[in-house]
Amino acid sequence: MKGKVIKYEQDNIDTDVILPGPYLKLHEHAELAEHAMEGMDPDFHSKVKNANIIVTGNNFGCGSSREHAPIALSASGIKAILALSFARIFYRNSVDGAYLLPIEIDEKTYSSISENDELEIDTSKNEIKNITKNQSYSMKPFPDLIGKIISAGGIFKYKP
Amino acid sequence: MNITEKILARASGKDNLEPDDVIFADVDKIMLHDVSGPGVIKTFEKLEKDGVIKVDKLFDPSMIWVTEDHFVPSVDKISAENIVKLSNFTNRFGIKKHFKYGMGQYGICHSMSHEEGLVSPGELYVGGDSHTNTTGALGAFACGLGHTDIAYAILKGRLWFKVPETLYFKLNGKLPDNVMAKDFILRIIGDITTEGAAGKAMQFGGSGISDMSVESRLTLTNMTTEAGAKNGIIEPDQKVFDYISERGITKYNAAYDDEDAQYEKTFEYEASELEPVVAKPFSPQNVSTVRETGSIDIDKSYIGSCTGAKYEDLLAAAKILKGRTVKVRTEVLPATISIYKKATENGLTQIFINAGAVVGPPTCGACCGAQMGVLAKDEVCVSTTNRNFPGRMGHLESKAYLASPLVVAASAVTGKLTDPRDL
Repeated sequence: MKGKVIKYEQDNIDTDVILPGPYLKLHEHAELAEHAMEGMDPDFHSKVKNANIIVTGNNFGCGSSREHAPIALSASGIKAILALSFARIFYRNSVDGAYLLPIEIDEKTYSSISENDELEIDTSKNEIKNITKNQSYSMKPFPDLIGKIISAGGIFKYKP
Repeated sequence: MNITEKILARASGKDNLEPDDVIFADVDKIMLHDVSGPGVIKTFEKLEKDGVIKVDKLFDPSMIWVTEDHFVPSVDKISAENIVKLSNFTNRFGIKKHFKYGMGQYGICHSMSHEEGLVSPGELYVGGDSHTNTTGALGAFACGLGHTDIAYAILKGRLWFKVPETLYFKLNGKLPDNVMAKDFILRIIGDITTEGAAGKAMQFGGSGISDMSVESRLTLTNMTTEAGAKNGIIEPDQKVFDYISERGITKYNAAYDDEDAQYEKTFEYEASELEPVVAKPFSPQNVSTVRETGSIDIDKSYIGSCTGAKYEDLLAAAKILKGRTVKVRTEVLPATISIYKKATENGLTQIFINAGAVVGPPTCGACCGAQMGVLAKDEVCVSTTNRNFPGRMGHLESKAYLASPLVVAASAVTGKLTDPRDL
């Protein structure tokens, strides 16, 4: 996959700011998309028109288990999140629900990528190319089962 | 193996497990509520439409229980329709344990799990809510998940798990007066941070834990979620067996640490050194003692949620509020109807009302900013709840200080953040 970057240079972005509590009653994906990142970035909707990758720090998606969070991001057009680390349930929801790719990167890659950089991600080679900067980084490979669930298209399509 | 590994080994039919092993395990109990439930229903509808699955029957309806807690009383048409959808779902698939708002016992899912004896020691329990970790205080493996995973468990009776490393928290001695389990778990989160236990098990033990009531232990495991833990757990003892036996559970298959149980790391705390603390905005790891934090003016005090509205929490608040008057808006929302009933029978409700507080129905309510008492711009709240992220309890520019019921009640009386020892 290929796309441009929205960068949030911070740790611990929680699911309450990704999709605030009052909208937990919504379950239509398009409606959830309207409220994505409402708790922290009022410009998200204009940014996501030209970008489909989020790059961020540690513990992304911490807090509530609401699957609304990866759904809202995915339905807004986000295809992948590159983070130093992910909170457990957000990561699992992203994979098992097949909403978006949660990719772990190292500190050097994190600091090398800037807002609006164009990236090309090849998960089969665990490689991230920065087309804008003509650089190449490696991503942390998906653990065996995670890779299989992603390839299958989610937990329900995966055959153990 | 330690208790977490032993429960997962038994549930996956393995003789031995080590941290990082990935397994498929049989699930014993599954919980969904009025947020994750409609999510499960939506997931089934979509997968059926796409021809991926056919949902004729569930794996075993008797292992599932359903609560209504986040958006009850219904706040609008959408939330009212979600409640109707839940009832249609439980009727269609024969789920008998559906605890409905306004029909006897109901309440916040994590308090229902122990109040109703829905989960037993040694069981593998998953719930569609992050604070499912709470129930690990009964000696179960209890873990929160999103609604796709819950849908999968409901249909297949099993799920994948990565065996966690275990962090062991040993508490020596009895908690001093005016210091509660909430102060201990906040202190731990302050020390290890909100990602300090990411993906790991947090196990509690030592003489201080043996000394604690089951309800206090539930406060500890509840907030392991805020440290990023996969599960929180405590080896069951006679107090737990008595507690569940009062709720009709006499048969169970308890698990314990082996003598050679391994933990990734052990943290040791002296109870006598603990003090009343708060987590300041905007993170549960932003912890300092109440005295260090100073007397901050507050607009509201909130006693509610799965973390801080168990009977014991209400009792602590009542001890402070008895014969006093609140200076700021104060809301008390018992976590379940059974707790509300007991509080009323024992005169606590009267104490709260006499003090000027409002006593409301069980609901997750303002804890998750959903409804009933959410905060306005610039409002400051001291709360017995579990999270204080930006906007968590209302406006993005409101502030929540997380604290024990004693600190919240003492602050309600003075209108400022107050250490109960200084009242």
